[in-house]
Amino acid sequence: MNKIANRQIMCETLLEQAKKNNDLLVLTSDSRGSASLLPFAEQLPTQLIETGIAEQNIVGMAAGLAHSGKRPFVASPACFLSMRSIEQIKVDVAYSNTNVKLIGISGGVSYGALGMSHHSLQDIAVTRAIPNLEVIIPADRFETKAVFNYLAESDKPAYVRLGRNPVEDCYSEELTSFEVGKAVTMQDGRDLTLIATGETVRVALDAALALEQQGLSVRVLNIHTIKPLDQQAIIKAAQETKLVMTLEEHSIYSGLGAAVAEVISAIPQSAPVKILGIADEPAITGKTKEIFEHYGLSVENIKQIVTDYFRKNG
Amino acid sequence: MVNLQKKALEIRKDVLEMIFHAKTGHTGSDLSCTDILVTLYYDVMNIDANQPDDPNRDRYIQSKGHAAEVYWAVLADKGFLEKEELKTFSAYGSRLIGHPNNKVAGVEMNTGSLGHGLPIATGMALAAKKNQKHYRTFTLLGDGELAEGSVWEGAMAAAHYQLDQLTAIIDRNGLQISGASEDVMRVEPLADKWRAFGWHVLEVDGNDISALSEALHQQPVTGKPTCIIAHTVKGKGISLAENQAGWHHRVPNQVEFDQAIAELEAQLEVLDHE
Ligand SMILES: [Mg+2]
Repeated sequence: MNKIANRQIMCETLLEQAKKNNDLLVLTSDSRGSASLLPFAEQLPTQLIETGIAEQNIVGMAAGLAHSGKRPFVASPACFLSMRSIEQIKVDVAYSNTNVKLIGISGGVSYGALGMSHHSLQDIAVTRAIPNLEVIIPADRFETKAVFNYLAESDKPAYVRLGRNPVEDCYSEELTSFEVGKAVTMQDGRDLTLIATGETVRVALDAALALEQQGLSVRVLNIHTIKPLDQQAIIKAAQETKLVMTLEEHSIYSGLGAAVAEVISAIPQSAPVKILGIADEPAITGKTKEIFEHYGLSVENIKQIVTDYFRKNG
Repeated sequence: MVNLQKKALEIRKDVLEMIFHAKTGHTGSDLSCTDILVTLYYDVMNIDANQPDDPNRDRYIQSKGHAAEVYWAVLADKGFLEKEELKTFSAYGSRLIGHPNNKVAGVEMNTGSLGHGLPIATGMALAAKKNQKHYRTFTLLGDGELAEGSVWEGAMAAAHYQLDQLTAIIDRNGLQISGASEDVMRVEPLADKWRAFGWHVLEVDGNDISALSEALHQQPVTGKPTCIIAHTVKGKGISLAENQAGWHHRVPNQVEFDQAIAELEAQLEVLDHE
């Protein structure tokens, strides 16, 4: 059982990078604790900028800092950053092309019991519709480290979503590189493809294992980059396997599933797409696992759907 | 200052020509802040069209982005673009759109959505402090814009970080698109508000270039950002538009255009005899 949350890895990686480059700044909106950035604040106090609880200003200021050669990382709860600051993200960051990294912490249903105000289940939808903005969701601590090393060097605006709680590893060891926009085939397979992002990658891997025990060959694609989207990997999955199922900690509307369906809908004789995600309602209270299971993001439900599909369609 | 007054009249003529030609634009808003831009660009700021990315240049963020025509006219006159290009304003595919756009050298940031300029300028001024640079950062806000909450988030942060190289200029013409600002959403007591937020406040006649110059050249109060409340006349310089909210984005017809140009030329002639 992994005990290290992705946000802790973010802090460690940013600390390491920021010690090498004093232009790297972290901005917090009274969120240094929830972002696990206390070690950063203690060790590099001049590279941490507090803006108070003011999410519009934090992004505007970050854009001004980036314009002047700084490399700001804004760490603020995803629910607020992706909604309250979205116009500053659109205009001051993406449109003006300033090198701001927007880190949505406690993303998805991390704040399970705090209600819809604190869930970010629309962030993929809104950020992926903005031109000149990369959208990245790492799956585990190894990928998180690789993503933050990439971000420290990249000159492009990006929105990154991290969950709050430790998640089980999806990789078995440290990653040596991260290629933005390139889906990772976690395992190859011929019968169906499970496409997942962030915390649902682990669910996909577990479901794949269960389906293999039933004799199915399962491909698992980890779409760590929602934008730019790896269209080739998705098209191949739709042509080479008979069913595509997407799993996301996001509204069933306009997220990963929609992005995948947009690509596949133009491909003749392609596999159908089944979208699993959070229903169009204020999400039920609970821990992440309970919420996932409630909405069918579970090994059992995936097994059921897949079994039914192949019984009916051969 | 006579030369700058003449410059401001020439810029006003350019603005009217752009708007009349394109049949779109924010006439009243442009003319309101023309003297402010002329003072900044010809008297105060350290900028050079040959080195638009000079790290030591002063920064200008036009938060009231809709007054784009006057900005384009000034940038063209300063050599950031060819004057000829002003004729493409708002045309299909033109770089010169109805809001500042950083495809044009000299424009730092894209604006247009109100309430964005001060947070951005605060970030720039903070970067100067961290980089031990001495450039100044200016941002121009409309008075209608002050209803945006993000303005006050930025105001708080700029004072918190003691950004004394930051100057916010308020184009206080008292009008906005639907009428008097005090009727739409009261902003008074305005100077007290900025003082309460920790700013040093100056009030000037915002259509008086000498007064603007004096205010903008003042040494800042150590540790405090400066807010200049520039009392202006919306539509300044052409009698039919002065103090008329309806001229916020009205385009003159031929008769109005001819009259406006004639008035500006008459004012130029007066200055020629001084
Ligand atoms: Mg006004």
